Amino acid sequence: MNLPVLKAADFASDQDVRWCPGCGDYSILAQMKKILPDLGVPREKTVFVSGIGCSSRFPYYMNTYGMHSIHGRAPTFATGLKSTRPDLMVWVITGDGDALSIGGNHFIHCLRRNLDVNIVLFNNRIYGLTKGQYSPTSSEGQVTKSTPMGAIDHPLSPLSVALAAEATFVARSIDAHVQHLGKTLKAAAEHKGTSLVEVYQNCNVFNDGAMAYAQERKQRADNVIELEHGKPLIFGAERDKGIRLVGSHLEVVNTADVPADDLLIHDALDPNPSIQMMLARMRYPEMPEPIGVLRSVAGVSTYNDQINEQVTQAKAARGEGDLSELFRSGDTWEVTA
Amino acid sequence: MTTSTPTTNKKIESVSGITVRLCGDSGDGMQLLGTQLTNTSALAGNDVATFPDFPAEIRAPRGTRAGVSGFQVQFASEEIFTPGDTLDALVVMNPAAMVTNIADLRKGGILIANEDGFNEKEYKLAKVESNPLDADVIDQSYRVVKVAMTKLTRAAVAEHGLSTKIADRCKNFFAMGLVYWLFGRSLDPTLRFIEAKFGKKPDIAAANVAALRAGWAYGETTEEFGESYQVEAAELAPGTYRNIMGNQALAWGLIAASKISNKEMFYGTYPITPASDILHELTKFKNFGVRTFQAEDEIAAIGATIGAAFGGTMAVTASSGPGIALKGEAMGLGVMLELPMIVINVQRGGPSTGLPTKTEQSDLLQVMFGRNGEAPMPVLAPRSPGDCFAMAVEAWRIATECMVPVMLLSDGYIANGSEPWKIPEMDELPTIVCTHPEKHTGEGPFLPYARNENLARPWAIPGTPELMHRVGGLEKEDGTGNVSYDPANHQHMCDTRAAKVAKIAERIPEQDVYGETSGDVLVVSWGGTYGACHTAVTRCREAGHSVSHAHIRYINPLPRNIGTLLKSFKTVVVPELNSGQLRMLLRAEFLVDCIGINKIQGKPFAVSELVEAIGKHTSTHSQSKAG
Ligand SMILES: Cc1ncc(C[n+]2csc(CCOP(=O)(O)OP(=O)(O)O)c2C)c(N)n1
Ligand code: SF4
Repeated sequence: MNLPVLKAADFASDQDVRWCPGCGDYSILAQMKKILPDLGVPREKTVFVSGIGCSSRFPYYMNTYGMHSIHGRAPTFATGLKSTRPDLMVWVITGDGDALSIGGNHFIHCLRRNLDVNIVLFNNRIYGLTKGQYSPTSSEGQVTKSTPMGAIDHPLSPLSVALAAEATFVARSIDAHVQHLGKTLKAAAEHKGTSLVEVYQNCNVFNDGAMAYAQERKQRADNVIELEHGKPLIFGAERDKGIRLVGSHLEVVNTADVPADDLLIHDALDPNPSIQMMLARMRYPEMPEPIGVLRSVAGVSTYNDQINEQVTQAKAARGEGDLSELFRSGDTWEVTA
Repeated sequence: MTTSTPTTNKKIESVSGITVRLCGDSGDGMQLLGTQLTNTSALAGNDVATFPDFPAEIRAPRGTRAGVSGFQVQFASEEIFTPGDTLDALVVMNPAAMVTNIADLRKGGILIANEDGFNEKEYKLAKVESNPLDADVIDQSYRVVKVAMTKLTRAAVAEHGLSTKIADRCKNFFAMGLVYWLFGRSLDPTLRFIEAKFGKKPDIAAANVAALRAGWAYGETTEEFGESYQVEAAELAPGTYRNIMGNQALAWGLIAASKISNKEMFYGTYPITPASDILHELTKFKNFGVRTFQAEDEIAAIGATIGAAFGGTMAVTASSGPGIALKGEAMGLGVMLELPMIVINVQRGGPSTGLPTKTEQSDLLQVMFGRNGEAPMPVLAPRSPGDCFAMAVEAWRIATECMVPVMLLSDGYIANGSEPWKIPEMDELPTIVCTHPEKHTGEGPFLPYARNENLARPWAIPGTPELMHRVGGLEKEDGTGNVSYDPANHQHMCDTRAAKVAKIAERIPEQDVYGETSGDVLVVSWGGTYGACHTAVTRCREAGHSVSHAHIRYINPLPRNIGTLLKSFKTVVVPELNSGQLRMLLRAEFLVDCIGINKIQGKPFAVSELVEAIGKHTSTHSQSKAG
């Protein structure tokens, strides 16, 4: 079959993009438009479902099908859609407040069901749309409009939550690291089952620079570690630092001081999430923060496949349902005139 | 037909109808007994109506008043509409069951008591000082039959070698056998039931059969009963019938709607009494293409439902009041998206968790207005268990014709009640045509919010090339569906969504009236109070009063002739199991001073209380006319 070759521009809708100039959302939008043509899924088979927040305006800017739903509930809409239309490629676009605060429940359940959708969580560690209140990922002590004396909640890590829910694909990327972002989104799209990509996204209006340590090219190399399956964990501008597993914790070592074999080799395919969980818990400034695919486990049945499989099985076993037969099943009686 | 039911040698007295209530501890199997008696009576051609009444606790403390579970059934040789007010017979398994129910037994009625359930321990549990059966007033008022059911059951099942505990569980079948003897019921349907249910445990099946037969034989041999009673078959319209419960009929109506509209169904829900049984029923029908989704909460349930609707599937969600409250925001989205779907509310007593197992009609204003912004939704209300089937089909017809979420308002009384249901022929079912545009026709870009004569927009679904569009909860520009903050557009869209719902009045039947279309009193009711209101109005009419009855099944929009109808009567009386919600709507809409008959006790209306309450208004009129 001859599929028309699409370009990034073909995925742009005719709507004006209305994010603040300089917002990290633009970069994510650009990378999405860039990778979609490579996936070979027609535009009409692609659906973006979002919740509410700045990031959730995303579907309006894509020339595909889309649904801008209600705060925190995007995974639920995606569940009904993908369960009944497994032929569609469904993306869930959400923010840290959207996915983890109001929608924490749905986020967990979508992941544990392993619905075959791709969740992209724009994490700017702040509420953008409602103008700057702290979010569940804001740092402890962070001063925001709603926390003048500093936030007292302990922050939540979306990656840890996802791993705890036995998610089959868990990854992280960064708005400013465009190649990495494109590559990671593509890997997520190719995964069968729920994929979660957390994207560090700069909100230059309400939380500017909150993740500069990971976003700025100069600092990035020392503060972020790029995970690749089967490769040892090495980082640093000089690639002189590595991660070693000692007992049940991870430590940073100088590669010069330890034999190469001592470094931890990343295993994204390991169904046991224990080490992946340790990676997810690495936090700046004590540790470099991991980006890339933490976990990618294949062969786990998806919710959409199973819900449809049961229907197929029931039809095979009992035949296509017959109304007249249903009405007359069990005890009936005749009344004659 | 061969039958394994023996024939009685005693005298048989013919009666036109019987109302019996069976009550015992919630572990005593009274609901099973009641259901069997209902089905058997329906199969005998009687008209039947039932009222199960159970505690909210799964296993309320044994023997206590709070733990009493009851099942009332009326079976009759004429058409009936309620499970009856006063009881002809009451079966009680213990003192708690007796003291909480005896007031409803008519003077001279039969009281059958399981004597073995009456002892010091049980008196304490029931908080009575002494054996309530021994009270003089009981002996003087009723025909009391004391039966040692536990002992007799143990003896009857002895040969099957069951433990005492299991043997004692068979005593509801003993009670059943006795009741069947008393009312001349065939044992066959219940024997078939035992075979189907316990066939894999032959000893239990055999014991239950033995208990059932022993109960029957006890009735035949004891000196206590001189005669048994016979209720002839009722004269119902010709056809094939079955007995059906409200929630089951709802589920079947949805399946039928799915079939006739050539759409597979998605049902997203979160368990809640009394709506859960719809889920239990639907999960049986995956071979009809039914996909059921037990969500993590009600919000997820309706979210998934909207997602499925967007994908082009027949989408349904159901809950009860508290869950409907959670769905409020998503219903508003459904209204904005203008997608077809059904939201079912099986009401229970509120507010909050309220009375989960009891019935009430107090969610009407919730479903009419319980959404932020101006978010009108059509509201339909079935009037009886069997009517749930028809109204489910209607809900789907309206949802697809108008591209709108439709609210279907049932209640616990309808959901758990049952009645004979005339099985429809396939060609009697309405046709529902669902179409999706397949390609873009016409000039310019595709307009997802273009409208047809019903003001409905096209149901363009993902997967269709050229029709890509985005929907969402932000206000939409008419036609294009683009986000719009334009003040005039918002006014226009609010007006349009309201007009779309209002226009449905053109495509629903006019309100029918039982009785004359003008006169002294019009009784206006809705939902599960239909039977009681209809029967009460019949009694008032038989007493010579000018009373008519309009039972509304389409609440939003109301049938187009309602206004004229209300104004054609001197007095409009609105009985409701709430503090006057339909009355408020009617007054607001038509400026007619309706008078309420209201009750919020978690219990349905008794016919007698309605007759009395309606009577107050008829007599006023007769007097003023005389004067
Ligand atoms: C039910 C409900 N509650 C609250 C809001 C207000 N609200 C909109 S977006 C938002 C937070 C968004 O934060 P986040 O998900 O981090 O997205 P961002 O805007 O930063 O992209 C809130 C509280 C709403 N729209 N709906
Ligand atoms: S408020 Fe922040 S997140 Fe929202 S658009 Fe502006 S920069 Fe982006």
